[in-house]
Amino acid sequence: MVSFLGRIGRFAIDQIAGMGRMFLFLVSAILLAFRRPAKLRLIVYHIKTIGVDSLSVVALSGFFTGMVMGFQGYYSLRKFNAESWLGSATALGLLRELGPVLSAFMVTGRTGSAMAAELGTMRATEQIDALYSMAINPIKYLVSPRIIAGLIAMPLLTAIFNVIGIFGSYVVGVGMLSVSSGSFFSGMENSVVFHDVYSGITKSVCFGLIITWICCYKGFHASPMATGVSQATTESVVLSFVLILVWDYFLTSIML
Amino acid sequence: MIRVANLHKSFRGQKVLKGVNIEFARGKITTIVGTSGCGKTVLLKHLNALLLPDKGEIFIDSVDISKLRQKELYQIRAKFGVLFQGAALLDSMSVFENVGFPLREKTKMKESNIKKKVADRLEQVGLGEMGHKLPAELSGGMRKRAGLARALIMDPEIVLFDEPTTGLDPVLATSIHQLIARTQEAFGFTGIIVSHTIPQVFEISDYVAMLANGVVEELTPPEVFCSSQNPIVQQFIHGKTEGPIQVL
Repeated sequence: MVSFLGRIGRFAIDQIAGMGRMFLFLVSAILLAFRRPAKLRLIVYHIKTIGVDSLSVVALSGFFTGMVMGFQGYYSLRKFNAESWLGSATALGLLRELGPVLSAFMVTGRTGSAMAAELGTMRATEQIDALYSMAINPIKYLVSPRIIAGLIAMPLLTAIFNVIGIFGSYVVGVGMLSVSSGSFFSGMENSVVFHDVYSGITKSVCFGLIITWICCYKGFHASPMATGVSQATTESVVLSFVLILVWDYFLTSIML
Repeated sequence: MIRVANLHKSFRGQKVLKGVNIEFARGKITTIVGTSGCGKTVLLKHLNALLLPDKGEIFIDSVDISKLRQKELYQIRAKFGVLFQGAALLDSMSVFENVGFPLREKTKMKESNIKKKVADRLEQVGLGEMGHKLPAELSGGMRKRAGLARALIMDPEIVLFDEPTTGLDPVLATSIHQLIARTQEAFGFTGIIVSHTIPQVFEISDYVAMLANGVVEELTPPEVFCSSQNPIVQQFIHGKTEGPIQVL
């Protein structure tokens, strides 16, 4: 009984210590981001890898999400003879919720996993040790630029997801289901306020931080072997998904 | 110059180093030998504080680095060049960028001077024409040579070599050894080599240290080492399975 309780205690201490290490990793990456010299070239490079390289998958998923919302929204609203509110329903759903969350999922799958695998491979092949041995702080060189890039690229991707999603809904609603184009846009214009856009963008900034933080941490601390890299990649994706949904709940409840 | 005193290190309860005492002579090459998994690389990684000891001291120029703060450790690491086992070149950069990387990051040297210095170092290691290639496009021997060029680019006082010839054929291994000897003669650094390539590595070594059972069993010039009466040394040199070194 005592040993069982001891194991539970040890597990709890390990988990809390692990969370503490993750938090300190984030704090040190943020503090180092403000230390000179600024890594502008690396930040721009990672904005490209997180943003530009994820653009096609985000645009595609945004378009199909919007089209599905067009069909589902039309089906639901027709029951109340409110088909003209399709544009409004789609825009609010995308701007406040689906845009930030789904684009964050896409970026996690597309770029976050690659980030964890890349840093994990760098750990396994002693490239991170090589940076330490050259007196270069690997957190400043590898992690801080990725986090800044995530904070910049994620809201931009979300905005693109939202615009393309609304277009997808328009194609289905107006083009296929004969909703009036005027009512589609006027409903949207009447119901969407700045706070809706602001809350979605705030969420996407938080998700950008979560994805880059978790994926960099897991990759950076991967076991130096092939299974270690694959495990770090899997854990980074799963943990990012979970944290995105948990934070989405809290942010929604705060900003409703 | 470098003194290790009573160094202990464990990983998940397994004791790897159990009180290592050793002094590395300034401006000389010392080779550390020992069976696989005996802790040679662990010892090497303590010297530039990539690992920190559980117990014991490591003195670099009379400074105990095991008690330094992170910022001070970075200053100590600047004295070192390291050639890693797999060269550890950054895969996203060309060979030229890899070799020039420490200069760009740690100095305010002009770009034209960086290019000249990198070209010189690459020429010295026989990679003058390979600067534009990515590490993945190089053979194992070329990668080691590029790693050596990077290790030497900051004119370090101490260079650590972690198994520089592992996985190379005997001809290439000899050429890497000759390259290490030649560059040591040219730059006068203190070289510490972890190697399994015996007896070839003895030709370029001033001292040989035998690590076994978590301690340094022998530290002598190579000619004395080979004729040592220490049964551990004899078993290791002759590759016998029976003796004081336990083979799993």
